Amino acid sequence: MTSQVPSEVLVSAGVRGPTKGLLRFLTCGSVDDGKSTLIGRLLYDSRLILEDQLETLRRDSARHGTTGDDLDFALLVDGLEAEREQGITIDVAYRFFSTPLRSFIVADTPGHEQYTRNMATGASNSDAAVILIDARKGVLTQTRRHSYICALLGIRHVALAINKIDLVDFSAERFHHVVGDYFGFAQTLGFASVTPIPLSARYGDNVTARSERMRWYEGPTLIEYLESVEVESALAERPFRFPVQWVNRPNLDFRGYSGTVASGSIALGERLVVAASGRESLLERIVTADGDREQAHTGDPVTLVLSDEIDVARGDVLARADARPEVVDQFAAHVLWMAEEAMLPGRSYLMRIGTKYVPARITTLKHKVDVNTLEHFAAKTLSLNEIGLCNIATASPVAFDPYVENRQTGAFILIDRFSNATAGAGMITFGLRRATNVHPQSLAVDREARMRRNGHKAAILWFTGLSGSGKSTIANLVEKELHGQGAHTYLLDGDNVRHGLNRDLGFTDVDRVENIRRVGEVARLFIDAGLLVLCSFISPFRAERRMIRELVGEGEFIEIFIDTPLDECIRRDPKGLYARARAGRIKNFTGIDSPYEVPEHAEIVIATRAKSAEDAAQLIVAELRARQILS
Amino acid sequence: MLSPHLARLEGESIEIMREVVAELANPVMLYSIGKDSGAMLHIALKAFHPSKPPFPLLHIDTGWKFRDMISHRDAIAQRYGMKLLVYTNPEGRARGIDPIRSGSQLHTQVMKTEALKQALDLWGFDAAFGGARRDEEKSRAKERIFSFRSRGHVWDPRNQRPELWRLYNTRINKGETLRVFPLSNWTELDVWQYTRAEGIPVVPLYLAAPRPVVRRDGLLIVRDDERLVLAPGEREELRTVRFRSLGCYPLTAAIESTAATLDEIIEEMLCARSSERSGRVIDADEAASMEKKKREGYF
Repeated sequence: MTSQVPSEVLVSAGVRGPTKGLLRFLTCGSVDDGKSTLIGRLLYDSRLILEDQLETLRRDSARHGTTGDDLDFALLVDGLEAEREQGITIDVAYRFFSTPLRSFIVADTPGHEQYTRNMATGASNSDAAVILIDARKGVLTQTRRHSYICALLGIRHVALAINKIDLVDFSAERFHHVVGDYFGFAQTLGFASVTPIPLSARYGDNVTARSERMRWYEGPTLIEYLESVEVESALAERPFRFPVQWVNRPNLDFRGYSGTVASGSIALGERLVVAASGRESLLERIVTADGDREQAHTGDPVTLVLSDEIDVARGDVLARADARPEVVDQFAAHVLWMAEEAMLPGRSYLMRIGTKYVPARITTLKHKVDVNTLEHFAAKTLSLNEIGLCNIATASPVAFDPYVENRQTGAFILIDRFSNATAGAGMITFGLRRATNVHPQSLAVDREARMRRNGHKAAILWFTGLSGSGKSTIANLVEKELHGQGAHTYLLDGDNVRHGLNRDLGFTDVDRVENIRRVGEVARLFIDAGLLVLCSFISPFRAERRMIRELVGEGEFIEIFIDTPLDECIRRDPKGLYARARAGRIKNFTGIDSPYEVPEHAEIVIATRAKSAEDAAQLIVAELRARQILS
Repeated sequence: MLSPHLARLEGESIEIMREVVAELANPVMLYSIGKDSGAMLHIALKAFHPSKPPFPLLHIDTGWKFRDMISHRDAIAQRYGMKLLVYTNPEGRARGIDPIRSGSQLHTQVMKTEALKQALDLWGFDAAFGGARRDEEKSRAKERIFSFRSRGHVWDPRNQRPELWRLYNTRINKGETLRVFPLSNWTELDVWQYTRAEGIPVVPLYLAAPRPVVRRDGLLIVRDDERLVLAPGEREELRTVRFRSLGCYPLTAAIESTAATLDEIIEEMLCARSSERSGRVIDADEAASMEKKKREGYF
């Protein structure tokens, strides 16, 4: 075993606690650059590897290790079985150590391109980055990728650790060569500081102890750098932002808003505003379990009491009346995609921004970024680990600051609406349209007026089902019946829409989503006109049907599932489409090589095997009456 | 006054707890009586002030906890007016599963892991707070703060939700649950320093005192009652010992120590050369054994 005597200044933590507070940083670098080894070294030298853990490490090094007879420090941090077996880091691991000056949380992040999302995760909470470069290999594609992601996620300070310097004979020339290459590339990324350090994680040179083998190097050791790097408290100097987490209401006499100050600070008596509604009040109390305070600062968990009873709920952002965030329902953002299933423009996702959840969709993918070359190019979707600049529309206005100004209020995640998986992460660049400008004008003749004239409510009757299930036949009969009863109707179906409005769209997943989105928008206009809109579309994805549902008001979307089994549809095959699809002559055909997601909460389900189209139509009309859509 | 470091950790934990209460329908706090549970409960009392924490405490009782632990548990629940639920796996009890004769693995599986799943299902809890910390063990270092469990409480370490910024994803479908770890970023030392700074009561077993000890497999086991039968050649002796970690008494080894106050404990820790869980019999088998247990539903 090779080891250096731990530096005298390093102990696991001073009894009085570190004086400089906490630094969160991440390590990143190419495969085999020695990230995990470096963290293992930091832990070992700071005496945080204890005897029983060292014993486990000795056993594991013998079994899985890649360092011959030496201890394999990487095994200290690669915690998952799969990682130990494959000798790579898959997931982010967090490690903790302290010196008398500072305490640290290290995010050890994987280097492989297929784990880009995990690296971004580590970067999202870090104040600084240690980017490792193998001195023998120099700046690689991965180095560029990691640097770009660090910059994108808002990291301002970088230690450039030129590792394995022992393998190039501690050469100053080689060190300067690699550093020169890196600076040539990193200039465009806008880091506030980049500090190159030559080191050997394996032997400890310039990690915690100054190397005797590189007298030409006069800069800090890695630990000196980490102890001293000034991470400007950017958030503390930004305007006050307070996302309301929880309304604290123990009894009728107390109503407070609990949350953590995201940025800035606030004092008693200052004028606060609810960003989205514009309602104002004065700050009356700042309540904590340790007693009331005069002021609250960034990071403080407090409960605010206002002097007026104004409407405030979880998800609202409180700000100072004289420094408000933007409030928009459309903005541009960089999105990193994190799900196996590709991002589809037009599809509805659940966005979480601050403490607010709001339905959102990506309206336009403006360009995709090649994370290796940083080139932009056009694309229709984002796949796992891809990054793009997108326009995003939310179902209701959200308060935000641009990410470069505020990492707390400018970031969001996108959640898949069915699996609830975290599908994407975003950083807002700028607002596109002030929400205040899109409030509809109050019209003299409105929807209510039209409904009264028509004598029935407006609604979308959304017929979904496989091709050949009988949707259009039944929809036609329903329309005929409604028309006969004096209702104002219009029927949209795949054929009449695809020949005109959506002539430019094909049948890929992306185009199907866009097809349905446009139909939904048209149907919404018809609802405003007071009509009963019958829509007959295969519409195979739950997400799209839900998207339409959310476009309109409660009770205005009636989902009608025409439940005809696939084998029956194939038997009927009125247009000969199944035969062609099965012969491979039509691609992406629902039921054959593209899925149909059965509705889970359809208002009306029609099992066609048991009844005729006429009976089905009567049943639907009766249901509309029962729902008081028809009077 | 807390140090800036502890204040930041406390703040993060408070934010996590409020998040759960705001978004989940029926949360519960796992209370295992140890120092981490004590700190976690203390933070919860602060997080919701002036309201009381809007969830009950749940203790999974294997029937083999130290008597001091049980009395501490009941005193704490009483003192803070918290609703306390205690659950023991009835089948395990009926089958007479015990840590000595059944072996530590089976005992842990039936009386802790299975019992926990049963209790969560019984009361329909959709989120459970646990006091686990990432510095305890390698696979814990990789776990999320909001850790998703599919139906049947399964943890899939290779398919965890990415956790960015402080934007925790709290969404689950029916039947799915969350395990939430507010102390993820705390270290053992942080917990002790916080416990001292805030004056949080701890089980006396953490403090050194003369106790009846049996030496078994190189470990010092405190004989808490007559159920621990002495093997031939074993003898009970009185030694000054304390615990760094508390569990079922036959499975938790004491250390020889004279640290009888929190200050002395912290002092001792700064010089310590072995880890907190080194006294836990159930961790010993192989390095990945915690990951296995966690996948099966262990906390």
